[in-house]
Amino acid sequence: MDLVAILENTARGLFGEQFIYFALAAIGLNMHYGYTGLLNFGQAVFMAAGAYGLSMAVVTLGLNFWIGLVLGIVVFPLILALIMGVPTLRLRADYLAIVTIASSEMFRIIARSPSLDRWTGSSDGLTAFANDFYDMSPFQAGERYFFGLFIGNQMWVVLVGWILLAIVVTLVWAMMRSPWGRVLRAIREDEDAARSLGKNAYWFKMQALMLGGMFGALGGMLRAIGTQSSQPQNFITDVTFFAWVALILGGVAKIGGPVLGAAILYGVLSFTDIVLRQMVESGIIPNSIMDGTQVGQVRFMLIGIGLVSLAILRPQGVLGTKEEMALDDH
Amino acid sequence: MLREQTLMSRAGNCIRAGMAIAAVVFLLALPSGPTHAQEGGAEVKGSLTYKDASGEKIAVEGVVFTANDESGSQAGTATSGTDGSWLIQLPPGTYSVELDVSTLPDGVVLKNPDKNPAEVRLVEGNSKSSLFPLVMGSAAPAASEDSGATASESSGDVVETTATVNESSTSGNIRVIQLLVDGLKLGLIIAMCAIGLSLIYGTTGLTNFAHGEAVTFGAVLGYLLNVTGVFGFRIPLIFATVVIVVVCGAFGGAFNKVVWARMRRRGSSLVAALVVSIGFSILFRYVILYFFGGRAKRFRDYQIQEQWDLGWFRLAPKDLALMVVSLVVLIGVASGLQFTRMGKAMRAVSDNRDLAESSGIDVERVIALVWIFGSALAGLGGVLFGVTEAISWEMGFRVLLLMFAGVTLGGLGTAYGALFGSIIVGVFIQLSTLVIPPDMKNVGALLMLVVILLVRPQGLLGRSERIG
Amino acid sequence: MTTDLSSVLDSVPREPGSAKPDPILKVSNVRRSFGGLVAVDVDHLEVQRGVITALIGPNGAGKTTFFNLLTNFDNPDTGSRTFEGRDLQGIPAHKVANLGMVRTFQLTKSLSRMTVIDNMRLGATRQIGESLSKALLPFTWKRQEAEVTARADELLERFKLSHMREEYAGTLSGGQRKLLEMARALMVQPTMVMLDEPMAGVNPALKQSLLDHVKGLRDQGMTVLFVEHDMDMVQEISDWVVVMAEGRIIAEGPPSSIANNQAVVDAYLGSHHDSALNLEGSE
Ligand SMILES: Nc1ncnc2c1ncn2[C@@H]1O[C@H](COP(=O)(O)OP(=O)(O)O)[C@@H](O)[C@H]1O
Ligand SMILES: [Mg+2]
Repeated sequence: MDLVAILENTARGLFGEQFIYFALAAIGLNMHYGYTGLLNFGQAVFMAAGAYGLSMAVVTLGLNFWIGLVLGIVVFPLILALIMGVPTLRLRADYLAIVTIASSEMFRIIARSPSLDRWTGSSDGLTAFANDFYDMSPFQAGERYFFGLFIGNQMWVVLVGWILLAIVVTLVWAMMRSPWGRVLRAIREDEDAARSLGKNAYWFKMQALMLGGMFGALGGMLRAIGTQSSQPQNFITDVTFFAWVALILGGVAKIGGPVLGAAILYGVLSFTDIVLRQMVESGIIPNSIMDGTQVGQVRFMLIGIGLVSLAILRPQGVLGTKEEMALDDH
Repeated sequence: MLREQTLMSRAGNCIRAGMAIAAVVFLLALPSGPTHAQEGGAEVKGSLTYKDASGEKIAVEGVVFTANDESGSQAGTATSGTDGSWLIQLPPGTYSVELDVSTLPDGVVLKNPDKNPAEVRLVEGNSKSSLFPLVMGSAAPAASEDSGATASESSGDVVETTATVNESSTSGNIRVIQLLVDGLKLGLIIAMCAIGLSLIYGTTGLTNFAHGEAVTFGAVLGYLLNVTGVFGFRIPLIFATVVIVVVCGAFGGAFNKVVWARMRRRGSSLVAALVVSIGFSILFRYVILYFFGGRAKRFRDYQIQEQWDLGWFRLAPKDLALMVVSLVVLIGVASGLQFTRMGKAMRAVSDNRDLAESSGIDVERVIALVWIFGSALAGLGGVLFGVTEAISWEMGFRVLLLMFAGVTLGGLGTAYGALFGSIIVGVFIQLSTLVIPPDMKNVGALLMLVVILLVRPQGLLGRSERIG
Repeated sequence: MTTDLSSVLDSVPREPGSAKPDPILKVSNVRRSFGGLVAVDVDHLEVQRGVITALIGPNGAGKTTFFNLLTNFDNPDTGSRTFEGRDLQGIPAHKVANLGMVRTFQLTKSLSRMTVIDNMRLGATRQIGESLSKALLPFTWKRQEAEVTARADELLERFKLSHMREEYAGTLSGGQRKLLEMARALMVQPTMVMLDEPMAGVNPALKQSLLDHVKGLRDQGMTVLFVEHDMDMVQEISDWVVVMAEGRIIAEGPPSSIANNQAVVDAYLGSHHDSALNLEGSE
């Protein structure tokens, strides 16, 4: 067993790229579910909107990188929020859940469809659209940075990601302590009560859906930039639940919850992943029990177990308090 | 899915992961479009066509191919284009190339399902064609006794995948009617799966996302009994089905008792319950993937069947049997709900739980039975799905979304609504292939779901909610 | 004051659907059915401005449904309703509240995981900081927020909830929640307050104070329409009583006339509800 590799991998999980992508997506979910009570199970599609917004702008349409950023962070997520929100936000919470999860499936089918290959690159996706981003990098491509954890380009993505995370967390903090944030929390507690006090619940929910979606899109776009590819496989339905676990783990409706949750989640996942891989490779776990492919599947099982046990045993997460949770009477 | 993991562990330091990444990055760096094998690379390709009843060659578009390397990790995928051609560029090595049968259009199957996946060895600069002959029918014939054509199985470097036709007659099949019949078949199976979903929702308020896995579980269990066999003895599917229904029912009952009854007693919120059901859905799905593997498989029974030509449409005997079975079961369920005491109690609890409780109905017992019945029906639905299509670890999840569409259309929580809505969804999916590419047909159904919510959110048979 | 107001209604005929001298709310031919059940079927009703009108009727009479229709939380199958001369058809519920008609709910809707003071602040309408573009610029809304908070504190004082100011609303007792809900509704600065069973589940000590608050609303010039089962309460504070049974309005009149009304007694006795006993007891 290679202890240094285990330590490095765990550290990268705790604050590396995956952590950043999913912390952003989970902050979006926190806006949706934590503050407004919206059950969005299609955050992966918002992430995809960010990724495809940028890559389709640059590769398919041949537009400028900066226009791609606007498409990916603003235009695509807004359109998506309208599609998901208009039919469901007047209805009970489950309907949004169903439509968002259905959107994930629609995305999968459409993005993989060869008939749209010209636009989306189908299953192979789109690549090489972030050169402008890497051209701005102050880091040397061949060098290692930050205790040797990240190579140059990776370091650039991670640094930009940290800065974006800091900005987004501050934004959410400021918004949630304003009267606007108060209305969102009221809607989460009881939408009818908010309406009876003259608040346009539908519109506030739509705003929350859009904003949270934009944060998710930001995470997805960074993910696409980090891998220089937008591919359907990176945004399948189950990806949404990585963000959900991060959120619940850290603490729902807490400003720092999603960030802390994503760090712990990816710390744990990266740790188990590399330990299992090393054990499989060195033959400690025989191939008849687990092979390389199956190690990857274990990660998803952990997500499933995480969701179940968190929701049952510690729904308040790391940062929440039991007392506050007990007040949740719906 | 597999590539997902490779990318997610990109930061991983171990050699194998690194190699997989290198393969992916390599693939990504390649220009798209049909090019010749690159320096230092190789490719596997083919052209997917079949001959229709009139003998005309038809290209099959949108079929997904996956190449796995020897370690079993995915090295590349491709989807056949409008002309049926597909191509995967790979580094030299030995690969198993698999055609995803669930992406084949209805009515077309592999001639040699046992030759899928196909083993290919690629050396540098090599361009290999992989043979996946297709035939019309709802199952592949083991031997093509009645088909004149044969696959040209040359082992040259570039060979076109050829197809054979198993039907010689060209009768007046009407496409719309054929699709209607196919849709009815699909709808009946969705309905069978959806009744449990709807009743569980009605009696407990839980939108059970793990219901799809009951469907998968039924099908996979069928595979275990029928193909893998127990103690070396392969059980015929008909008898296996009885076992499956019992096991799935028992499983549903136990699931309710161990998890859901407890959560209800603790007064957990519905959102918490929903999240738990999603957690179980993922857990079950990946446990099944872990043991069953990522490849779609088929039962041993009912594979070889010639379709009857019934004038306006064709139907394989197994499909007829399947429709009859589902109809009988569904009518049985409906009349059970309508006339038996337990059925009435179920509807009463769905209607108004408190009222039912105060009028002396043992609500928890009713809920337990709903779980048992619902899961048993879902398991049966899984077997039927396995017979018409293929068995895969994700099948239940895909069906779940169609169930949602059906149940929402009919009205969440109403048993008859689920029946009715699911059948419409099935027919709609098949008919939609008249206008949209078959590989996107489910998008139509999901879009319909969205439109229903816009127009009539309470569904066709549902009623509006209570305020205040 | 009370005598002045009731004298306004003295000349009003004591029959269902009678016209009022100065109606704030008018309802015509409003029908709402659920499947086969006709929950509300009101031919005509006018509510006099500035008085307390009680809406009574046995359980399931359709009172809550009628409230929902009046406040646009539900849409009628047919019929029209006007508030201050304004047609309410097609206006979303939140706009109705902004027009000055605010309601409470039979099952109290306190916002459990928000503090009492935040519950109160929420009630204020036209808040600058509720628009997303301004939310991030605290200087645009800080002053208004201070004003809103001052008004909220005043109301909390009046409703004797000041000591709970920073507690989560979910920790309040049932009666306190009813008080909070009423106080919060007043933050909207309504002209008409609709209370759905404000006294249900409130202990007798708090009941009296709730009652005083309702009277206080009228004294401040607000119109009150409230649903109540307890005839004692109705007798004590209402100026006018409307009786519903099986979705229809079967009687109207001053409280004294209602207890003797044969149709009302029949409706209550015909139902299996214990409010029938209350009715008898109050005679
Ligand atoms: N959303 C609904 N769906 C079906 N029936 C309803 C609904 N809301 C109310 N009802 C029915 O309408 C009738 C009137 O109910 P409600 O207005 O709550 O009566 P009240 O408030 O006078 O006790 C009752 O029979 C009730 O069951
Ligand atoms: Mg009521």
